[in-house]
Amino acid sequence: MNLLNAVLFLPLIGFILTLFIPKERTGAVRVLALVISLLTFIASLGLIAPFWFRSPGAYVFETNLSWIDNPAIRYHVALDGLSLWLIILTTLLTPVCVLISWRGIDRRVKEFFAFLLLLEFGLIGVFCSFDLFLFYVFWEISLVPMYFLIGIWGHERRIYAAVKFFLFTMTGSVLMLAAMIYLYTRAGTFDYTTIISMLQTGRLSFSGAEQLPLFLAFFLAFAIKVPIFPLHTWLPDAHGEAPTAGSIMLASVMLKMGCYGLLRFCVPLFPTAAHECASWISVLAIIGIIYGALVAMVQPNMKRLVAYSSVSHLGFVVLGIFSFTQVGVDGAVYQMLNHGISTGALFLLVGLLYERRHSLEISAYGGVSTPAPWLAAAFMITMLASIGLPSLNNFIGEYLVLQGAALVHFSWAVWAAIGVILSACYMLWFYQRMFFGKATDDLKHHMFDLKPREYFAIVPLIVLMVWMGTFTQSFMPPIDATNARLLQQSVNGVEVHVKKEVKKAVLVASKESGDAR
Amino acid sequence: MPANFIPPGVDYIRILPEIILTVIATLVMLLETITSEKNKNALGHLSVAGLIGALIAAVAADHVRGPAFSGLLIIDGFATFFRVLVIAVVILAILSSYQYLNRERANSGEYYALILFSVVGQCVMATSNELIMVFIGLEASSIATYVLAGYLRDDRRNNEASIKYFLLGSLATAFLLYGIAWIYGATGSTTIPGIRAALTNPAVAPNGILVGIAAALMFVGFAFKVSAAPFQIWAPDVYQGAPAPVTLFMSVGPKAAAFAIFLRVFMTAFGPVSNRWEPFVWASALLTMIIGNFGALSQPNIKRLLGYSAIAHAGYIMVAIAARSEIGIAAAMFYLAAYALMNIGAFAVVTHFARQGEKYVNVGDLAGLAWKQPLTAGLFSIFLVSLIGVPLTAGFFGKFYIFRAALDANLIWLTILGLLNSAVAAFYYLRILVVMYMREPSAATESIEPLSAGVKTTLWACALGTLVLGIFPSVLLDFVNRSSGLLR
Repeated sequence: MNLLNAVLFLPLIGFILTLFIPKERTGAVRVLALVISLLTFIASLGLIAPFWFRSPGAYVFETNLSWIDNPAIRYHVALDGLSLWLIILTTLLTPVCVLISWRGIDRRVKEFFAFLLLLEFGLIGVFCSFDLFLFYVFWEISLVPMYFLIGIWGHERRIYAAVKFFLFTMTGSVLMLAAMIYLYTRAGTFDYTTIISMLQTGRLSFSGAEQLPLFLAFFLAFAIKVPIFPLHTWLPDAHGEAPTAGSIMLASVMLKMGCYGLLRFCVPLFPTAAHECASWISVLAIIGIIYGALVAMVQPNMKRLVAYSSVSHLGFVVLGIFSFTQVGVDGAVYQMLNHGISTGALFLLVGLLYERRHSLEISAYGGVSTPAPWLAAAFMITMLASIGLPSLNNFIGEYLVLQGAALVHFSWAVWAAIGVILSACYMLWFYQRMFFGKATDDLKHHMFDLKPREYFAIVPLIVLMVWMGTFTQSFMPPIDATNARLLQQSVNGVEVHVKKEVKKAVLVASKESGDAR
Repeated sequence: MPANFIPPGVDYIRILPEIILTVIATLVMLLETITSEKNKNALGHLSVAGLIGALIAAVAADHVRGPAFSGLLIIDGFATFFRVLVIAVVILAILSSYQYLNRERANSGEYYALILFSVVGQCVMATSNELIMVFIGLEASSIATYVLAGYLRDDRRNNEASIKYFLLGSLATAFLLYGIAWIYGATGSTTIPGIRAALTNPAVAPNGILVGIAAALMFVGFAFKVSAAPFQIWAPDVYQGAPAPVTLFMSVGPKAAAFAIFLRVFMTAFGPVSNRWEPFVWASALLTMIIGNFGALSQPNIKRLLGYSAIAHAGYIMVAIAARSEIGIAAAMFYLAAYALMNIGAFAVVTHFARQGEKYVNVGDLAGLAWKQPLTAGLFSIFLVSLIGVPLTAGFFGKFYIFRAALDANLIWLTILGLLNSAVAAFYYLRILVVMYMREPSAATESIEPLSAGVKTTLWACALGTLVLGIFPSVLLDFVNRSSGLLR
C-alpha cells in the first residue's frame, strides 16, 4: 500500500462515507468533502518527493497486482513525470471546487459532494493506470459522476448538455475498447509497459493496415475528449450548462484526459500511423485554435466564451504533441497544466459572478470593478494569464509549442500565433465589457467583493499562475524526462523512414530545451 | 436393443432438482384448495423453500456428473450452470411477486404452481442431451409461460399478450419439431452426440441439404424463444402486456434456458457444420442488436422499452454464438448471468412502481424518484449503468468477454457495429436516469408505496450480484470457462 494508492482511494473512501451521512446534515457533508479532498491533496504532494532528487523519468510508486486471471487484467498503477502533475492538478482543484460549491449548491448537497469525490477518484485513476483495461475502467467511471453533476445541478439546458456529453464520449470510447481488445488478442496482455517493451524489442509489431485503424480508434476517443475541431460541439453545451464546480473539473482536468491519452497511448503505441497522420491532425489543431478564438469573440454568454477559449487553447496542446519535438511536447504538457490552472480560475470567477448576479449574459454586467475591486483584480490576472502574457504561465506553454511547431513547419507556427493575438482580442474585450464602465444600480445591489472562503479558493491558483510563469524549473524536469522517453519510444517504433528533417529537428529541439534549462 | 429399464439410483440424484420442483408444484396445487384467501403468501414461501432445496440439489448433482436415463439427459458444468441460473431467477421472481399479486388481489396457488412447472421445463432444457427431451422441456416451460402471460384473466392487455405469445410460440415450436424430424431423417439419430457423430463420420455422410433444412427449421424455433431477429416481433408486445412480475420472469428464465439448448444443439450437434450456419447467426445477431436498440429509443412505456432492450441483449449473446468458440460459449454464459441480474433488478423496480392495474408504467412517471426513494433509484441506477455497460458492473464485463470472443474469431465488423450499438443503447437507458434524477417529482412518485420486503431483497441481491460480477468477475468466469469446454 504505497502513497499513490492512498491518493487514489482516499476520494473513494470519502465517497462511500458521504453516502452514509443522513441527507439533512448538509454541513457535515461539506466538511467531510473538504477534509477528504484536502487530505488527498496533501498526500499527493508527497508524490513529488521521488522526482525531487534523483533523475526523473522512471516509474515510481508502482503497484502491479493481478486483478483478473483470464483475460489477464492487472491492477497496475504507477507514476511518471507526465502523470505526476496531472494528478496534483486534480487533487488541487477538487478542494477548490468544494470551497466554491459551499454555498452555491443548496439542494441535494449530499449527492453533489459524493459525485464530486467519485469524479476525483476516476480522474486520478485515469492518470495513473498503466494497464489499458484499468485505464478504460477509470475513463468510463469518470463519465458517470460528471453526467450527474451537469444533469442535476446545471443551468436551464442541462439535460440536453449532459446526455450529449455522455453519448459523445461513450461513442468514442467503445471504439477505443474495440481497439484495446484487438491489441490484447495480438499482445496477450493489457499491460502498457509490457506492450511498449514488446514493441521496442520487435516481439510485437503491427502492419500498416493494422496500425491506422487502431490508431484512429484510440485517436477518435481522445479527440472527442480534448476536443479537436470538428468533434468539439459537445463542449460549449457541457461547459455552459454545468455548475461551476462541474465546469472547473471538466475544463481543467477532464479535457486533459484526452491530451494525456494522445501522448501516453496514441503516440508510443502506433508511432507509424501517428507520424503519418500528424500533419492532418496539426491542421485540425490550428483550425481549432483560430475557430475557437473567433467563436469565443462573439459569445454573449460568459461560460460559453470561456468554453470556446478552451477549444482554442487545447489546439495548442494537440499541435505541440504532434510536432514530435521535445520542445513542442514539453510545451504541450506544460500548456495542459497551465490551461488547467488558468481556465479553472476563469470558470471559478465566472461562477462567483453568477452567484452574485444570477446571470451568465455578459450584457447583464458592466462596471463590476467598482463594487468588487479585488474580484476584478483576480479576474484581470487570470485573464492576462489566459492570453499568454509573459511572466504568467500560459506564455511559457504557448511559446514552447510555437517553437516546436516552427521546427516542423514554420507556417504552422505563424497560423497558431494568430490564435494568440485573437485570444488577446476576445479576452480584453470581454474584460472591458464586464468590469469597466459605470455600474448600474441593479448590479451594485447584487455585487459584492470576494469573501474569505473565496480567497482561499482563488489565491492558490493565482500564486501558481505566477510561479509556473516564472520558475518553470520547479515543474519542468520530470515532464521533460518523461517526454524524452515517450518520444524515444515513438521514434524507435517508426518503421518507415520519417523525413530526415524531423529527426534532425528532434535533436536540435532537445538540445535547445536542454539549453533553455 | 436390450435396454436396461431400471436406471441406476444415481440417475435420480442427477434429476433431483426436477423431482423436488415437481413434487412441490403438485403440493402447491393441492394446498391451494385448503389455504384461506389471506394465507396465499404461504404457498409462495413453500415454493421458495422448494426452489432453495432444488438449488442445493442442483449443486449437489454437479458432483455426480454424467449422462442419465440412457443418455437422454446429461449433467455437466454447463447444465449445472443453467439449472442454478433458472432456479435462482424464479426465486427472485417469486420474491418480487408477492406485493404485486396482493395488490391485484390475484394471489393464488396456481401462479406459484405454474411458475414451478415452467422452471421444471427449463431445467430439463438445460440438462437435455437429446432432441425429444429438448422438445419436452421447451413445451413444459412454454405452456406454463403462455398461461402466466395471461394470468390476470380480467385484464385485456394480459389476454392479448397471452394469445399472441401462445399462437406465435406454438408455431415456432412446430418449426422446431419439424426440424427434429428432418435431422432424424438425415442422420438416424435424435441424440445430440449421435447427430454430431453422424455429421463427422464420412461413412454416414448425411445429405447436406437435409441437414441444412433441419438446422434452419430448428434455428427458427430457437431464435423465436430467445427473441432473436427476425423472429422477435412478439417480444415487445408480450413483455408490455403480461403482468410485470411475469415479464420479469419471462424475459430471463425461458430465455436463458432457450440459449442453453441453442448452444448445445448448434455447438455440439451442428458443430461440425458451424461454418455453414455462422453467416446466418452473424446476420441475425447484427439485426437483433439494431432492431432492439433502435426500437427502444423512443418507447414511452418502460415495459416495452425493456422489452426492446431484452431483444438487444439477445443480440449481444448471438454475437458470442457467432464466435463459435469455447470462449464464446463462456462469454454467452457469463452474459446470461449478468443479464439475469440486471434485468430482474430493473423489472423488479417496474413491478414495485406500477401500482394497481399497472397505472404507472411510463418512463415519465418515474420523474423525481431519486428524491422520493433514493434507495430504489440508486439501485435502479446500478442496473441501468450495467445495462449500458459501464465498467465495474456485470454488464460491462459481459460485453467485454463477448466482444473479445468475437475479435478472437476475427469478427471485426460485428464487434465494431455491436459496440456502436451499445453506445446507441446508452441513450435510452440515460433517459430513465434523466427522469429519475433530473426532473421534479411527478404525481406518481409522490404517491409511491414503501418498498416491500420481497422486492427489497430482490433489488439488493441483484445489485450486489451486479457489482460483484463487475469487480471480481473471476468468481463466475473460472466456472464458465471450465464448463464451456465440456460441450463437445
